[in-house]
Amino acid sequence: MAIKLKELVRQKELLTGGHRLCAGCGASVAVRQVLHALPENVHAVTCSPTGCLEVSTTIYPYNAWRISFIHSAFENAAATISGVETAYRALKKKGKISEDFRFIVFGGDGGTYDIGFQAFSGLLERGHRAVYVCYNNEAYMNTGIQRSGATQFGAWTTTSPHGDSSAGKGQNRKDLTAIAAAHNIPYVAQAAVHNWRDTITKARKAFQADGPAVLNILAPCHRGWRYPMEQTIEMSKLATQSCIWPLYEVENGTWRLTAKIKEKTPLRDYMKPQGRFAHLFKPGNEGVLDLLQEFVDEQWERLQQQCAE
Amino acid sequence: MAKTVAMVGTDAVAEAMRQINPDVVPAYPITPQTAVVEKYAQMVADGIVDSEMINAESEHSAMSAAIGAAAGGARVMTATSSQGLALMWEMLYIASGMRLPVVMANVNRSLSAPINIHCDHSDSMGARDSGWIQLFSENAQETYDNVLQAIRIAEHPDVLTPVMVLLDGFIISHSIDRFDLIDDDVAKAFVGQYTPRNSLLDAANPSCWGAFDGLGGYFFEFKRAQAEGMLKAPAVIREVGKEYAEISGRRYDYFASYRMEDAEFVIVAAGSAAGTIRTAVDIFREKGLRVGLLKLRMFRPFPQQELVEALSHAKAVAVFDRSDTFAGDLGGPIFVETRSAFYEAEKRPQLMNFIYGLGGRDLPMSLVNQAIEMFKDAGSAEQKKRIVYLGLRD
Repeated sequence: MAIKLKELVRQKELLTGGHRLCAGCGASVAVRQVLHALPENVHAVTCSPTGCLEVSTTIYPYNAWRISFIHSAFENAAATISGVETAYRALKKKGKISEDFRFIVFGGDGGTYDIGFQAFSGLLERGHRAVYVCYNNEAYMNTGIQRSGATQFGAWTTTSPHGDSSAGKGQNRKDLTAIAAAHNIPYVAQAAVHNWRDTITKARKAFQADGPAVLNILAPCHRGWRYPMEQTIEMSKLATQSCIWPLYEVENGTWRLTAKIKEKTPLRDYMKPQGRFAHLFKPGNEGVLDLLQEFVDEQWERLQQQCAE
Repeated sequence: MAKTVAMVGTDAVAEAMRQINPDVVPAYPITPQTAVVEKYAQMVADGIVDSEMINAESEHSAMSAAIGAAAGGARVMTATSSQGLALMWEMLYIASGMRLPVVMANVNRSLSAPINIHCDHSDSMGARDSGWIQLFSENAQETYDNVLQAIRIAEHPDVLTPVMVLLDGFIISHSIDRFDLIDDDVAKAFVGQYTPRNSLLDAANPSCWGAFDGLGGYFFEFKRAQAEGMLKAPAVIREVGKEYAEISGRRYDYFASYRMEDAEFVIVAAGSAAGTIRTAVDIFREKGLRVGLLKLRMFRPFPQQELVEALSHAKAVAVFDRSDTFAGDLGGPIFVETRSAFYEAEKRPQLMNFIYGLGGRDLPMSLVNQAIEMFKDAGSAEQKKRIVYLGLRD
């Protein structure tokens, strides 16, 4: 079904305004896009691990969610939603619930790539029908910009600072989207907040999947990335164009690029506006930039092969 | 009619679970609890129960899923032991803080290091302040009875607090014991249907669970309300115990007294050790020594006043602890609480602490006898030592 902006704006927002996320935050954009894909007349329970989204949307006695929400701890959003989804199946079987429900996790990269990784994998392996959305801003932003397994090589964070003996984070990020796909679940996709049509299309597929689905959505954070707050969408676009964050999906094992890249832009164009990479443009650190470009090129090559492009 | 069976203690848990037939059972296997999970999985596989099982990838996730399922309005049960309980520790607080009536059997086992799979109470004692009700069992019969009562206690609107039923690893869990099952329909009627007050799955009323308290929010009030549940629990536990006696003939209260009427020397103990101690009490009674046993069932909440009252006429009290607090010379956890309970009492008996059986070390009759010989002289010039590690090798 075609996605029309005119229709989307008429939909009721399930994440209300008045939450306390930063102006220009990518996470709220990702959440709203995903929730716009929720089928009509379907109820939902969402779960967040500890993180920006959770602390900013559920400050008691206020609550920005129009759907049920649960937060239990940091490393276990996937396990918590597994319980809710199982309760739903159990109670539905017994006739105690008649409505149709969907289950969603909105987790940051820290709660997904790192501390929540085991529970994430457990959910996918057990086949719970839930949509796991990682709003990926490439660091632990809630606690003040610490490195995570999603942080890019060379990036500055407070726990991967640069100095005389270090040029920022010393390791490449892990490829969570591919790891999710390796669980052989019905639907996995990588998306980014600037491409709302692509994200909503993917979220629709995720909600339709008969089993677990994963959406890894790049959600830039101006506080952590150090760029002016009005440029979040631009950063997201630059990430895709430089192929450091390609948009693709893995539907029932079939890999496919969902946004064609006519001309891959140099990584420097994406990195230059971001304060987290500023040190790499200073004399002596050029090699780091080249290494990251190399990594991105290799990954892009591999992805194109996987997608049979 | 009640059916008498001969089964191991883990089966006693599984049989009670079969009769309760909870909606969701998330679990992860760990020795010596594993047999509960296996037995229940078989019941699910055989279609005897219609619970949904979640084979979680860790105990942390098992408790997390239990929380999610209970918040979703399901009746939820699980079981664990030792390191598994320790791994759940973070989530124990969240289950009780959300006031979720989850019931869990904990097959008591020591905590590493060194790794040891045998019985002691250090695992559940480590969780004593996590806001869970804790009920000790002496044998398979009490394990079964406690599990059935736990559901009623946890779900009571005045309480809404998770309950942990404790049974000694291997000594109860893996020993064949004779016990009586209540008829299925009687048990089912006793536990009744569960209707949650709030649920994530109430389509008409979406709800927010585990909200962020912000800065200067209501955390303190939430915790006070939680403490209230624990304050109201004893009355409910007593009431449920009475009701249970009507259907089973077996009486349960905060503790069970044995030959206490005129006892001068009383042993306080929890769990399977009570059986051995009871026999020792009989032997010493024959010798003319007025010994008694107070078997503690309810450790959380702690029955302070009732305990003091029951022990008030004793000259000396020996508290048996199957775990230590490692707090210098403060003694084991039951001792610490018993001693604290006496602080405001007018009459305080001499108190001694015997720490025994760590890592599954046996408690033979000879050791209980040795303890009685020691504490009957407690307070005398020769007997100054307050805390004794019973049965330690030289």
